[in-house]
Amino acid sequence: MLSSIPPICYLIVSALIFAIGAVGVLVRRNAIVIFMCIEMMLGGVNLTLITAAHYLHSLDGVLMVFFVMTVAAAEAAVGLAIFVLLFRGRGTIKVDEINLLKW
Amino acid sequence: MIAGSVFQWIAFVLTALTAIFAAVMVVTRRSPIHSAMFLVLNFICIAILYLLLNSQFIAIVQVMIYAGAIMMLVIFVIMLLSVEEEEEKKRIICSSPAKVIGILLVLILFALLIYGVGVQVLPGEGGEYTPERIAQIGEIKAVAGLLFTKFLFPFEVASILLLVGIIGAVILSKKER
Repeated sequence: MLSSIPPICYLIVSALIFAIGAVGVLVRRNAIVIFMCIEMMLGGVNLTLITAAHYLHSLDGVLMVFFVMTVAAAEAAVGLAIFVLLFRGRGTIKVDEINLLKW
Repeated sequence: MIAGSVFQWIAFVLTALTAIFAAVMVVTRRSPIHSAMFLVLNFICIAILYLLLNSQFIAIVQVMIYAGAIMMLVIFVIMLLSVEEEEEKKRIICSSPAKVIGILLVLILFALLIYGVGVQVLPGEGGEYTPERIAQIGEIKAVAGLLFTKFLFPFEVASILLLVGIIGAVILSKKER
């Protein structure tokens, strides 16, 4: 007898996507790939919020995801502008060669 | 009812596995363009999971904003910067002690997350928006109603944030003279 999908399945999937994104942020050296991994982590968090909204019969999670997406869009615009600026100034966007603020 | 449930399970398992596969590929591909393409696949799979969770509005917005707008911007910047093929010879995962330690820390984080969601699944009281009620008034109408009443202030702040983001991007990428 198959019942409908329990919320824990969605939560495990989103935790897995979040963890893989965190591995990417720590392991990769290319700033754009790190940025994409951060977007992936945001996607995992959004999945958790939507799951909670669905199973708790509330729409607050949906609105929260809406605002997360707004912030992600603004972040993408500013972050990519910073990458272009960095590349223009230093000719690379590998994060271990960008040590301007290192003492 | 049983057929619908079986369909839901099949769709869930397929999309979840594809999403996780795409996430792993994003991290392990060497070329940033390939990573970006797998990230689009990941976003589309997550949008399908949103549809299974009965929130069509967010699914459409996810495809439009993430898979459309943001990834278009990212791919545009990758091509603009003509990023060199980096990390050619070295393995991406486990090539230095720091990376191994990082992966171990993330494994601990993942175990904590699983423990956190497993020990008590979604505590809290149910709200008033049951699926029947949402189907009755329409999902987009319900979301819009909340957006312009309960969440009016965050909505205005988000609009100011977007404006500041646009101005910041223009000022940052303007050529100095």
